[in-house]
Amino acid sequence: MRAAPLSISNLTGGYNGQPVIHDCSMTIGHGEVVVIMGGSGSGKSTFLRHLIGLKPPMQGDVSLFGESLYAVDELTRLRLLKGVGVAFQSGALLSSLSVGENVALPLVEHTALDREMIDLIVRMKLDFVGLLGKEDLLPAELSGGMLKRAAVARAIALDPRLTFLDEPSAGLDPVIAAALDELILKLRDSLGMSVVVVTHELESAFKIADRIVVLDRGYIIFTGSVADIHNSPNSRIRNLVNRIAEDEDFDPEMHLRRLVGEA
Amino acid sequence: MHRQLHIPAAVITGIGARALMIIAFVGQAAGLILKSFMLLVRGPRIGQPVRLRHVVQEIVAAGVHALPVVILMAATIGIMLSIQGIHSLQLFGAETQVTYGLPLSVPREFAPLITGIIVAGRSGSQLASRVGSMRLNGEIDALTVMGISPVRFIVAPALFGLLIALPILVGVASVTALAAGQLYVEATIGIGAEAFWADVLTVVTLTDLAHCFGKARLFAVLIALIGIVMGLGMAGGATALGRATTSSVVTCISAIIAADTLVALML
Repeated sequence: MRAAPLSISNLTGGYNGQPVIHDCSMTIGHGEVVVIMGGSGSGKSTFLRHLIGLKPPMQGDVSLFGESLYAVDELTRLRLLKGVGVAFQSGALLSSLSVGENVALPLVEHTALDREMIDLIVRMKLDFVGLLGKEDLLPAELSGGMLKRAAVARAIALDPRLTFLDEPSAGLDPVIAAALDELILKLRDSLGMSVVVVTHELESAFKIADRIVVLDRGYIIFTGSVADIHNSPNSRIRNLVNRIAEDEDFDPEMHLRRLVGEA
Repeated sequence: MHRQLHIPAAVITGIGARALMIIAFVGQAAGLILKSFMLLVRGPRIGQPVRLRHVVQEIVAAGVHALPVVILMAATIGIMLSIQGIHSLQLFGAETQVTYGLPLSVPREFAPLITGIIVAGRSGSQLASRVGSMRLNGEIDALTVMGISPVRFIVAPALFGLLIALPILVGVASVTALAAGQLYVEATIGIGAEAFWADVLTVVTLTDLAHCFGKARLFAVLIALIGIVMGLGMAGGATALGRATTSSVVTCISAIIAADTLVALML
């Protein structure tokens, strides 16, 4: 039996000894698109940093393809990370390299392919994300949407079996956001890739997710399909799905008093 | 009474915090040197090779691009030392001995020091700002998750590039300073090139050259690591980036002068 691309067991993590993520466990299957959702401050970004090897957990473990990510030395961790692709929210393209050089970087560093083959793969990946012809531009010359798509092209350059996408459609216009959603489904369907998407864009999540995981104040409070989330009896999940601002203890008078410094 | 007790405590706490910061800084720098050399040797076998083209890029940036300013400053120093040497030695009627004074001071002291300061101003600040902005933009995290060790991609090329470029620059600076000094000496007291260079070759020993290039290597390590560690330790936005860049130049130059003094005292 093949090991799961990603397995998280009892993960607790945070900053300066203060836990932000509490006892989270989940597994991502082969060829599965899992969307991690949650409001601002729910711990999504911290959770992602633990999953991609950038932040050792306080407790628990993260395994990639059956190998622990944090019970190994740094060089072994780097070897494990070669098998995954990550597209950051900001793109995080190397600003001194052109778009083409950025996409080529994992190929140059981790394969013995010749220059011609690498150039061909770079063009294929850029074509895949609709950026063919932009190879020679610098990251500073790209729009926000183009940066995100270039980051996706770099993340899939080595055809990883597992890809993490951090807020891929945040801040994009609806047309480009829809195109990115199609792209994620194409990665799953044509390459059999497992994809973990961190987002708070509901429309996008409902369109692409095989499974949705909802984080709230660092806890996983829901795991299920798109249909399950719509039928959830949990009020916090319903509020999230129906975009209802929640503050159960909100007292308008007390709020005004606080604003004028009387409370 | 309370106030009198609080002030020394705050001072001692401040000194302690600063000392801990310096220890952490030195520890991080030592770790980066060890990792860089380990990756240089083991890198190709473990899929993390230090690329020659990256080292060459650093040599070009730190060395070739610094050549004009190093040559100009070295020539100026050579002429200044000749002026001062002739002026001082004239008091004893020994101005012709300047042909011994210059080669005694230039390769051992002035060429490494002035070149080190110039390279610290150029490359130290450039490294701090480059690494700092890479950190701010998430580029270092991006390298890590691509399975590329940031040490072998950023630190090792900068360190090895400077270790190669700085001794060459110091050699060029030594020859330039002596050549400029010779021109001034010939113009003022009429000692020709042949006699001047014969005295230079008589005076300069292999030990002097070892001092010269040893210091160059030491300064290269200081510049590379101070620039990189300051860039890596940067937190905040554009203001912090500017502060880290300025601070790296000041720290590099201070460290170079301190190290130069220590070497002079020890050897």
